[in-house]
Amino acid sequence: MTASDAYKGYRGAALDTLKNFQAQVWNDVEITTSHGKYTGIILPRSETADPLHIVIKLRSGYNVGIAAASIEGITTTGRKEAHYKIPEKEFPFDPRKPRVKLFGTGGTIASRLDYRTGAVIPAFSPGELYGSVPELADICNLETEKLYGVFSENMGPEQWRGTAEAIGREVQKGVQGIVIGHGTDTMHHTAAILSFMVQNSPVPIVMVGSQRSSDRPSSDAALNLMHSVKAAAESDIAEVMVCMFGPTSDMYGLLHRGTRVRKMHSSYRSTFRTIGDIPLAMVSRETITPLRQDYRHRRSDKDVVVNTAFEEKVAIVYYYPNMRPDIIDSLIDNGYRGIVIAGTGLGHVNKPLYPALKRAKEKNIAVYMTVQTLWGYVQMYVYDTGRDMMELGVVPTANMLPEVAYMKLGWALGQTSDPAEVNRIMLTPVNGEITDREPSNGYLIFQGGIPEVEEFISRYRK
Amino acid sequence: MTPSEFRPFADMTPDDYAAVGFKSGLEIHQQLLTERKLFCRCPAGRYSDHYHAEILRHMRPTLSELGEYDGTALMEFKTKKEIVYRINRDTVCTYEMDDTPPFMIDEQALDIALGVALLYRCAMVDELHIARKQYLDGSIPTGFQRTTIVGVDGSVPYKDRSIHIIQLGLEEDACREVSDTGHQRVYLTDRLGMPLIETVTAPDMRTPSEVADVAQLLRRIVRSTGRVRTGIGAAREDVNVSVTGGTRIEIKGVPRIPLIPLLTYNEAMRQWNLLRLRDELHRRGITPESFQSRTENVTRLLKKTRFTPVRNAIASGMIVNAVRLHGFHGLLRWTTQTDTFFSREISDRVRVIACLTTLPNIAHSDSPSETLSSSEWQAVKKALGASEDDTVILVWGLDTDAAMGAGEIIIRAKEATIGVPSETRQALRDGTNGFERILPGPDRMYPDTDLPPKRITADRLERIRTTLPSPVWERERWYRELQLPPDVIQPLASSVFAGLFEQAVTEWKIDSTLAAVALIQWRKDLRRSGLDVSVLNADTMGMLLHAGHGQPGVRDGLRQAMRNVASTGSTNAIALPPPASDEEIGQAVSEARKQLAGLTVRKPEKSAEIRMGLAMKPLRGRASGARVAELVGFRKEGAA
Repeated sequence: MTASDAYKGYRGAALDTLKNFQAQVWNDVEITTSHGKYTGIILPRSETADPLHIVIKLRSGYNVGIAAASIEGITTTGRKEAHYKIPEKEFPFDPRKPRVKLFGTGGTIASRLDYRTGAVIPAFSPGELYGSVPELADICNLETEKLYGVFSENMGPEQWRGTAEAIGREVQKGVQGIVIGHGTDTMHHTAAILSFMVQNSPVPIVMVGSQRSSDRPSSDAALNLMHSVKAAAESDIAEVMVCMFGPTSDMYGLLHRGTRVRKMHSSYRSTFRTIGDIPLAMVSRETITPLRQDYRHRRSDKDVVVNTAFEEKVAIVYYYPNMRPDIIDSLIDNGYRGIVIAGTGLGHVNKPLYPALKRAKEKNIAVYMTVQTLWGYVQMYVYDTGRDMMELGVVPTANMLPEVAYMKLGWALGQTSDPAEVNRIMLTPVNGEITDREPSNGYLIFQGGIPEVEEFISRYRK
Repeated sequence: MTPSEFRPFADMTPDDYAAVGFKSGLEIHQQLLTERKLFCRCPAGRYSDHYHAEILRHMRPTLSELGEYDGTALMEFKTKKEIVYRINRDTVCTYEMDDTPPFMIDEQALDIALGVALLYRCAMVDELHIARKQYLDGSIPTGFQRTTIVGVDGSVPYKDRSIHIIQLGLEEDACREVSDTGHQRVYLTDRLGMPLIETVTAPDMRTPSEVADVAQLLRRIVRSTGRVRTGIGAAREDVNVSVTGGTRIEIKGVPRIPLIPLLTYNEAMRQWNLLRLRDELHRRGITPESFQSRTENVTRLLKKTRFTPVRNAIASGMIVNAVRLHGFHGLLRWTTQTDTFFSREISDRVRVIACLTTLPNIAHSDSPSETLSSSEWQAVKKALGASEDDTVILVWGLDTDAAMGAGEIIIRAKEATIGVPSETRQALRDGTNGFERILPGPDRMYPDTDLPPKRITADRLERIRTTLPSPVWERERWYRELQLPPDVIQPLASSVFAGLFEQAVTEWKIDSTLAAVALIQWRKDLRRSGLDVSVLNADTMGMLLHAGHGQPGVRDGLRQAMRNVASTGSTNAIALPPPASDEEIGQAVSEARKQLAGLTVRKPEKSAEIRMGLAMKPLRGRASGARVAELVGFRKEGAA
């Protein structure tokens, strides 16, 4: 054990006290203080915690912090070091079952405690997954590959490209389906960019994560994983999809099209929703039930097209009243090549921004309009202000979601700097990011309190 | 005690309990009187069976902080239960549904818990760490209870010794179970998240009645703060029992303290009998190493049976497994608890773990009651190769449940060769107990990564210390010195009125017995007579006692005023009647004389007493009885 491991996370007065009494992390100790006695094992301390306390695990399993300043003596009686390891079992092979590849990028599909930060860190291997979710072996032969170990907010162009290329390789190798474990915060961003970077896939590409980490008994991770592996192994839908809980209950997952899905609640299990349309399918442990037929069907060829172009100098601007033109100006001055605006209502910004938008046009910067209402189309003809903005070169993007437009603009500008070509790419839908029509059930946010809604809620587990 | 029998409950002496090595400790759960729940802002203490929605969840075991799976967790996972939660939107938010992370701990609850830990003279924890204690039975939707230790290593005086308090925890309450049938368990969530404290004592109690005594003592201590909830379900006891050679068994959910003695007696008896059962198995040469069993599917052999449970099971597509326990002949009839046999231990496991909840769920060849016909038993025994020395047990259910049932029969039978398995057991109405789950260990604890550690400052503890009542044992000693009536001593010591009593007696110089009786006895009498006494709170009682200070006839006046306040529900009725002047008293006395003159008195020696009664009528609460008696010339017999 290195010196830093011996006092893991301790600093200041707490570290001095440990050294003073020759006590180390994982020692079984009796601590005498000015106000009483404590018996237990010294635990590592989170680096973000204060330097004033020593943490011990009592015999009862509880942890308590003891003020270092009050400690009069520490007697070491033994040592017990934790060996946190998910039981690993070899994933069984069954020649009759489809081959599914699971890529890990991070997230909490499987995780363990991190003493450095006190938070959970992901753990991931076929053996570990089989050890914690043995049901997966009933569905497929699973291979795993850890691409990255980052939290979802740290995913960026490098990871998107790498993931797209890895998918391409696996399709060439002939897997029957691909699952991508991903943190949920930016899962819909990655789903969008993969929809553009990986086209014409013959097999399902399913993104999955969890809203409750797998170190909790009520975690949605295991069921999400089963649903996503089933969708990858068996479904006929060869698209980039997000597979997460339909209701908050442990009942079924939904397969959302990668270009129309969005995380809509900071913590609910059923946080992912298809916006402005309906999901592709429902998936339970037993069955996959398509909700529509106009999806790309599974094929037996390997004709996948991977295009990982991406221009990083693209920004998304969430418009607010009283926005000043300097926001746009600073993007122009910093060499940005594309801007997606999430405008109010049908796609509006205030008049003071016009000169800045005009400057952007003159500098050949691509500016696209989306709506911050998320549901509905941009329509810039209804009011004069919209027409004025189009004059200034702002291009409406129909019902493309702001985050999707951001991803697509980066992808388009990565391929060309010709404004007409960028325009063509932006406005030609790849897979549902712009739809011709919004079905009447594409916008359903039930309002609680209304008698008929309450009746529905009381009848169906949500 | 003879080596072959456990004495009946009524005959057991402390020496008998010492002989079997009886040891018992308590875990007392007490809800706190707070406005909100512990980790969210839902209102506390609002219960209703009404619900607006349901959600469905499953639980999976996870690794402990030290990298191990907990035995209970694995057992609960084996049961494969669907858990349904009923949600009332007025009392439950997305936190209790486990769809929102916790909010910071309720400071009001924390203050109360810290105060109780100080009363127990605990070593206080300087920095709280919230832990997750796993409960895979589904009683908490997260699968764990958020809990934290606020103090350790305390003690309370009892008889001539101390009861050691291992720790005081502050935690969130669990759901109320509605039903548990087959593979589905249903919970109401209104109680979920309520703040409660858990007091854990060392196994320092030596007889069942001591356990009940100490439970009462601890209850009085926490109630003395005036900041805990009372009423049904507000306080719940778990009792740990062991005997020499046995195991610590936790009996959960004891609803009332008076049930504790019989429950602990029965558990001591059960352990003692299981140890004798083990000795008998060893005598027969059956040890954990030599234990043998065999399982066969005997559905085909029993298609035509007239034994209803099995016939119905087969008719509904279930299968019947038979388990042969080698050398166990007769042992399923081995007595464990009062009127309870070893077969119940097996049936319980099958019911809980294999989810075969329709009883009977097993039948066995040791049973004296009619089950299979003798020829059917013969056929089953033949299929298993069973001899006269063996016992055969049938279990029926759907495919996997019947297999799980057979497996559990074997596991429990094999445990009998070792002794008393570590279990959590459930208190039953008849004073016996039944299997609830495998006893969880420290492996079910996990740090809560959602909440940071919380520092408890010396200033905070000092502030709380100033609000604490004096310890109940000190109050009780003072009350005995004051010679208060014995039946008010304990209730007053743990009552919210204890502080008021002290003020009334020491500052206002009110007669101590009068104050104690008014605060405890009269208030209780009024409640029993059906009046709402909530208006007679510490403030009101303080005004009443203070108003009555130094007034003649205060005894009756105070009582009447309490009745007036309770019946009108208003403190406007608080004013005591004005004291009667000497003139008024004289008038009442002469009025009484006149009335008496118009009556025929059968016992002339009682005249003075009757006159006294008549004179007191208009003066009640306004004049002292002594003064009136003087004027009417009445001296009560035996009165000084």
